[in-house]
Amino acid sequence: MRKRIVILGGGTGGTLLANRLRRLLRKGAVEIVVVDSDDEHVYQPGLLFVPFGLTEPENLTRLRHRQFRRGVIFRHGIVDRVDLAQDIVWLTDGASLVYDVLVVATGARLLPGETEGLTGPGWNKKIFTFYDRAGAAALKHALSAFDGGRLVVAVMDMPIKCPVAPLEFSFLADWYFTERGIRDKVDLTFVTPLDGAFTRPVASRELGGLLKDKGVNLVTEFNTGEVNGRAGRLISYDGREVPFDLAVIVPLHGGQAYVDRSPGLGDALGFVPTDERTLQAKVRPNVFVIGDAADIPASKAGSVAHFEGEVLAKNIGRYLAGEPVTACFDGHANCFIESGFGKALLIDFNYDTEPVTGRFPGPVGLPLLRQSRLNHLGKLAFGWLYWHALLPGRQIPMVGSAMPRTGKHLHEESR
Amino acid sequence: MPTATYAGKNVDVTEEGFFTDPNQWTEDMAPQIAVAEGIKELTGRHWQVIKFMRHEYEETGTGPTVRVLGKTSGVTIKELYQLFPSGPAKTAAKIAGIPKPRGCI
Repeated sequence: MRKRIVILGGGTGGTLLANRLRRLLRKGAVEIVVVDSDDEHVYQPGLLFVPFGLTEPENLTRLRHRQFRRGVIFRHGIVDRVDLAQDIVWLTDGASLVYDVLVVATGARLLPGETEGLTGPGWNKKIFTFYDRAGAAALKHALSAFDGGRLVVAVMDMPIKCPVAPLEFSFLADWYFTERGIRDKVDLTFVTPLDGAFTRPVASRELGGLLKDKGVNLVTEFNTGEVNGRAGRLISYDGREVPFDLAVIVPLHGGQAYVDRSPGLGDALGFVPTDERTLQAKVRPNVFVIGDAADIPASKAGSVAHFEGEVLAKNIGRYLAGEPVTACFDGHANCFIESGFGKALLIDFNYDTEPVTGRFPGPVGLPLLRQSRLNHLGKLAFGWLYWHALLPGRQIPMVGSAMPRTGKHLHEESR
Repeated sequence: MPTATYAGKNVDVTEEGFFTDPNQWTEDMAPQIAVAEGIKELTGRHWQVIKFMRHEYEETGTGPTVRVLGKTSGVTIKELYQLFPSGPAKTAAKIAGIPKPRGCI
């Protein structure tokens, strides 16, 4: 009998996996169904550029169903819950989808309401997020009207999608106000719950140095307990305060609501406990996870979903064939970090190797952890690659799932 | 590797003072570690958090973040900061003898 793979979520991970699986598995043997609640696919890395007028939300959005290969079935619907014991997905319209293999690819959800005061007075007036299209567009107007004062970029808590994005926002803000000739009137501050600019030591040092060079204040180990829009203050749980005239907030993230409604599927934050190597959910052997929805210690980033896709397609093929799931994800992540003035940095790392300097993907490649125009061009080219190589589930030449070691200055590693 | 002496026994710790082997930890070491963190009295509420940290470590292989603690330990984040003013997740992990919470990447 024909087997059925149900993929929840048609974003980066769900789309590229559906397309890889469709190529890998015969149509007569396996049906592939992708469920999503809308038909708009947003190129999320582009949201960073919207507040600075460098792109518009419409340029970042395409029809979701158009990104699938022929033979992938797109099902419009909202997931109510998953019954793991019966292998059934229930939709809110009452429909039930039986699966042989389930893939959770529904990403992370923004939870601004979970921080006291964040969505109260001042929300979308002097307090914004650029992590969704409406927020990014509203922030554009606020930035263009801002002619001096204290601008704070603050991460509420980890994990977040694209952990470098708030740093990039700070770098671009420095560039933006310099271009407008009012940089000396703007006090820029970066606020993070981490003990440095980034999660891993070498990158934290380099990126922290870059913040300093650009005159951005760094406030660390700040766990925001309350955002007071009226007084214009962030207040931490341990009683410290950071004043602002304009706040750019990365809200708390969690998994999708249906994960909470599906007994056994998620953890306390709604992410799905997942084997970090095989990408199989810990709860059931026929459930797999790709992208931001997993609780694995990798960045929540499109590049990670891309590298996972190669491994996961193999493992699902093996699972359906009754073979052991032996393909192994190494935690590979690759991120361009826009640093303003037409330059960018690049970091490339995995579970075991932190971001270091050197070149990628080999000794004559792009410079790592160093500002260059080449990396900026790489970042821009990535937008095209996203629609034409990542989502179709194609290999990118010379960039495989396993992290390359050649070209990296690995002696720099701190551990 | 640095060592520390608690309750008369030598244990392996990191530069920051986190246990590298949670099996070396016993409950009678906790008060002494706490004093070094500026906590002179471990109340029942402190112990609730410490035991929860141990339990979570055994279940998941890492100590929970403060946000997860607030959702699951039965103690609110505000109270967690009152109990462990210099940072609940890190301080409670240290007193509970488990490695530094991995946090998120």
